[in-house]
Amino acid sequence: MAEVKQLVKGLADQHGRSMESLLPILQGIINQEQHISEDAMVEVARELNISAAQVYGTATFYSFLHTKPLGKYVIRVCKTITCMMHGKNQIIQELEAVLKINLGETTHDRLFTLLETNCLGQCHKGPAMLVNDEPYTELTPEKVRAIIMKYKQQELNVN
Amino acid sequence: MKKNLQRLDLIFKNEHDTEVILRKTIGRKCDDVINDLISSGLKGRGGAGFPTGLKWKLAAEANQPDKFVICNADEGEPGTFKDREILSSVPHKVLTGMAVCAHIIGAKKGFIYLRGEYKFLKPSLQKVIDDFHVLLDDLKIDLRVAIFLGSGAYICGEESALFESMEGKRGEPRNKPPFPTDFGYKGQPTVINNVETLAHTYSILKYGPDKFKDLGVQDSRGSKVFSVSGDTPIPGIYELEFGMSLQKFVDDFGDGDSKAVQVGGASGFCVPRKKFEKTIIGYQGKLRGTSLPTGGSMMIFNSSRSMYNVLHNYLDFFVEESCGQCTPCRVGTQQLLLGIQAVKKGEQPSSYLDRLLDLAEAMRVTAKCGLGQSVANSFSSIVENFREEMIY
Repeated sequence: MAEVKQLVKGLADQHGRSMESLLPILQGIINQEQHISEDAMVEVARELNISAAQVYGTATFYSFLHTKPLGKYVIRVCKTITCMMHGKNQIIQELEAVLKINLGETTHDRLFTLLETNCLGQCHKGPAMLVNDEPYTELTPEKVRAIIMKYKQQELNVN
Repeated sequence: MKKNLQRLDLIFKNEHDTEVILRKTIGRKCDDVINDLISSGLKGRGGAGFPTGLKWKLAAEANQPDKFVICNADEGEPGTFKDREILSSVPHKVLTGMAVCAHIIGAKKGFIYLRGEYKFLKPSLQKVIDDFHVLLDDLKIDLRVAIFLGSGAYICGEESALFESMEGKRGEPRNKPPFPTDFGYKGQPTVINNVETLAHTYSILKYGPDKFKDLGVQDSRGSKVFSVSGDTPIPGIYELEFGMSLQKFVDDFGDGDSKAVQVGGASGFCVPRKKFEKTIIGYQGKLRGTSLPTGGSMMIFNSSRSMYNVLHNYLDFFVEESCGQCTPCRVGTQQLLLGIQAVKKGEQPSSYLDRLLDLAEAMRVTAKCGLGQSVANSFSSIVENFREEMIY
């Protein structure tokens, strides 16, 4: 709780305390914690002097703002038409197999969450996905495995 | 393969005359610059096609002290990816257009509303903006441009929803009128232009309105950046002259087996093969019929594709992206989806499709914003042209 308080205060200092700062603050929380907890929402409401319901309303509207805990790396596979035509389902199956989770779930080590998303604007290079903010295009099952390995390796190196 | 269509190179041309253009333009009368834009025939490239010069003129005439210029980079329409390319390869052209607009209407603050999916562009774009600010200071132009990141909501590409989003609220469209040039961001007069529109103003300011006007056909002047995807051997981004027939487009970009082209993304129209010849890409005439406007999304489907699956995918998209504010759109999108599923499974007779077409038309009339109104575009054009694929 104290940590969240610090984080929100820091973000409010950085972005300001007007309504126009709300989305940047919520995005800042996502950058740090991958999700916006109820405590965080209450804290934001207090800092901006608005109702917690208003913060909740905004936080739950946007598909990139999550109010439930997610993994450190959020994988969003594009499911819109051209990516679907170019084999999005195969990519999802591969990710499910490699990560040993189903679509919508988070791995036990809380490293990866697998989600689908709407058009990523990479239609000429489908199938495409985002891992956090990083786009990956022209995916194949082999490529997907290599990408996941890269992130796992990165984690090992950090630890 | 025979190449019919001339590929143009205006937008992506590697040229750096920002300083020359800005010096020249701030020395001119604002009315003259606006008249140049109006006579060039430039219309908004986001898809709606409002005359750009007129938009700037209306905002310039507004009488409030605070005004804003916003670049709409919330490119969420399925099959569109040109703005990403413009912002990564020629962002200075977009900024030049913003600075000229700000100078003309009297705005001191500009924003680029960048969709969350394009966050990876932010560092490089920020660097270009920082350099641009130095130039603005040299020229004594009082403008600061900031990037505002979206968070994954298609509806925020709708201009009034975008303002709401920037104001920290849910991205729910407002009633119109009032229009943004009177009552935009924070209730102040605001010019909001698509990325590509702003980039075009760079060329018009540099080469004059006539060169732009020479391209295209009546009511659809200039060139357009198209995002080509789907069943094509050469997917990608192409700048082409306005006014081409869809047949010529398919001859160049199709795989020889093109069954349909979705013009304008999920909110656009699906054109079947037999209508390729008669369909012209441009703003000319009415929205429906033989002339189709587009934000640049061209998705090609060959005969191996089920149009039922295509429509299902679009409806999934709309069900998720409807903001939920007005009933026709919130409930309508869901009922259209359930409806085509029921017909496919045989739970409803094929005549049920006619009732769904009525529903789609009702949404066109009653939905609050462009999202709900345009669901009927793809729904009706697919169901009417590929009815048998919906049933069997």
